[in-house]
Amino acid sequence: MIELQGLEKRYGNSFAVRDLNLEFAEGELTALLGPSGCGKTTTLRMINRLIEPTGGRVLLRGQDTQTLKPETLRRGIGYVIQQIGLFPHLNVAQNVATVPDLLGRPARETERRVDELLDLVGLSPAEYRHKKPAELSGGQAQRVGVARALAADPPVLLMDEPFGALDPLARDKLQDAFRDIQRRLKKTVIMVTHDIDEALRLADRIALMNAGELAQFGTPDDLIHRPASDFVRQFLGEDAALRQLAGRRAGDFAHPSDPSGLPTVEADLNARSALGIMLREGSDALAVTEAGRPIGVLRWSDLQTSAAQIETVMRDKTT
Amino acid sequence: MTAGSLTVARSGRQRWPWGVLLWPLLLLICLIPGVLPRLLTPLHLGELTPFDPPLWRLTLTHLGLVALSTGIVLALGVPLAVAVTRPKREALRQLAETLVGLGQTVPTFAILALAVPALGFGWQPTLLGLIVYGLVPVVSNGIAGLMAVDASALDAARGMGMTGRQRLVRVELPLALPVLLAGVRTSTVYNVGTATVGAALGAGGLGEPIINGLSQQNTALVLVGAVLSALLALSLDAVLSLFAPRE
Ligand SMILES: Nc1ncnc2c1ncn2[C@@H]1O[C@H](COP(=O)(O)OP(=O)(O)OP(=O)(O)O)[C@@H](O)[C@H]1O
Ligand SMILES: [Mg+2]
Repeated sequence: MIELQGLEKRYGNSFAVRDLNLEFAEGELTALLGPSGCGKTTTLRMINRLIEPTGGRVLLRGQDTQTLKPETLRRGIGYVIQQIGLFPHLNVAQNVATVPDLLGRPARETERRVDELLDLVGLSPAEYRHKKPAELSGGQAQRVGVARALAADPPVLLMDEPFGALDPLARDKLQDAFRDIQRRLKKTVIMVTHDIDEALRLADRIALMNAGELAQFGTPDDLIHRPASDFVRQFLGEDAALRQLAGRRAGDFAHPSDPSGLPTVEADLNARSALGIMLREGSDALAVTEAGRPIGVLRWSDLQTSAAQIETVMRDKTT
Repeated sequence: MTAGSLTVARSGRQRWPWGVLLWPLLLLICLIPGVLPRLLTPLHLGELTPFDPPLWRLTLTHLGLVALSTGIVLALGVPLAVAVTRPKREALRQLAETLVGLGQTVPTFAILALAVPALGFGWQPTLLGLIVYGLVPVVSNGIAGLMAVDASALDAARGMGMTGRQRLVRVELPLALPVLLAGVRTSTVYNVGTATVGAALGAGGLGEPIINGLSQQNTALVLVGAVLSALLALSLDAVLSLFAPRE
């Protein structure tokens, strides 16, 4: 869908991004991960030409983006900036309608679309349509920012630390909501983050960057279990496997089996906490219940071999 | 919740700021022939004979001068403020700010006096003076308003594919409007006062009774000019306040 070929951005003698080769697959969420100053934002902004590269190319569906007018290119790509950047003088509905308006879509249709999107990001249209950005909480504003980026139904979405300004609780909620949205809409998403947990939780693939260069590109499992370098290992940390478990539901690991006599956990509990309970209770298996009914047993060995299995489990769930 | 916000929205639209009418109304009352003399006679400050030209004519002349200068100031000042606040024009912006600041330090009389040899007596030198003075708050507020526009909103606008022109019209100007408008109000109110000086150059207007009063040592006559121009200034300020975006 999007291909970076030898992409480079040089400021004077220093490289913000250097010889970056990446391919973002259609319908996948790719996290651009890395320490502060490694060139994530620069990379993202070179994709919609808010920053012009000093070398290399960006191909969108095989077409060099340099052949497009920057405005045309940008109207076809959703963009969520870190600071949200809602227009303070416009209400929520007008903010969300920005790109459809720029594209000259009929007002009636846009109005319907706005309500649909507010619903999608979990804001009741009747209540929020007419509010000004100043009347929103940080989390609500972020949601409006995401709705605004989705308004013209762009196939590609660029997000620069979209959940950065939130407290952990609100961030978890919005991440979950966004993951659902992404699964449903199948957008090609490139999300900048320096939060490893966020990347492990949301991303199909992670592009880990270091000092302007690509350190590793692969699935979360690749990075955790097959780190390409010491930098990757160190950046993810010793508890990377635990972090990954923190993003998964205990219920996703459960297999049908006899739960009698085992400590019980809710299916919605995250797998890392489930592991903690195993350690505390001195048990290598837990009974998993959903809405009070037993759905199966979660074993220590399930968590150990999670890497290979999670994906198949998830695929089963979605089909 | 929904019902509550609806009520707020409705009452916000319906409530018209009637207080705005106070000053224009007082001004009109004072312009009724005979009203001002009757009010001022008990003070024994001087004799007031019927005015020729009548006070309403003087007021209209005055208003015309101020309105014309404000119009020209807007036509010059807003594009100027826009031009110098485009990216990569820091030097130009600083130059404009310096020049505008300089304009403020030159005394009114000096500008008017300098303009007379070039433009002759009459309303023209006064208009020039009013434009030069009026530009100061409009340009400096225009620049301040445009510079204060939330950088992240502008970045988002660019990222969503707005052209420079669309950013200006849809984001920058609306956001700068309150500050710009405050500058327009200041400019207009100042110019009502400055325009009285124009009477010395033959521009007519409400400066005429003031100058006549001074030369005839007739304080009542001075008061007539002063009261009317003050009321005119307050009226214009009130009317302009209607344009400010309300919450
Ligand atoms: N306009 C600029 N001029 C010079 N250097 C720049 C400019 N913009 C960015 N850089 C440099 O390029 C490098 C990459 O910056 P970038 O903003 O892409 O980092 P980042 O990975 O997004 O970091 P963060 O996580 O802190 O947002 C940094 O070292 C930065 O100092
Ligand atoms: Mg950044």
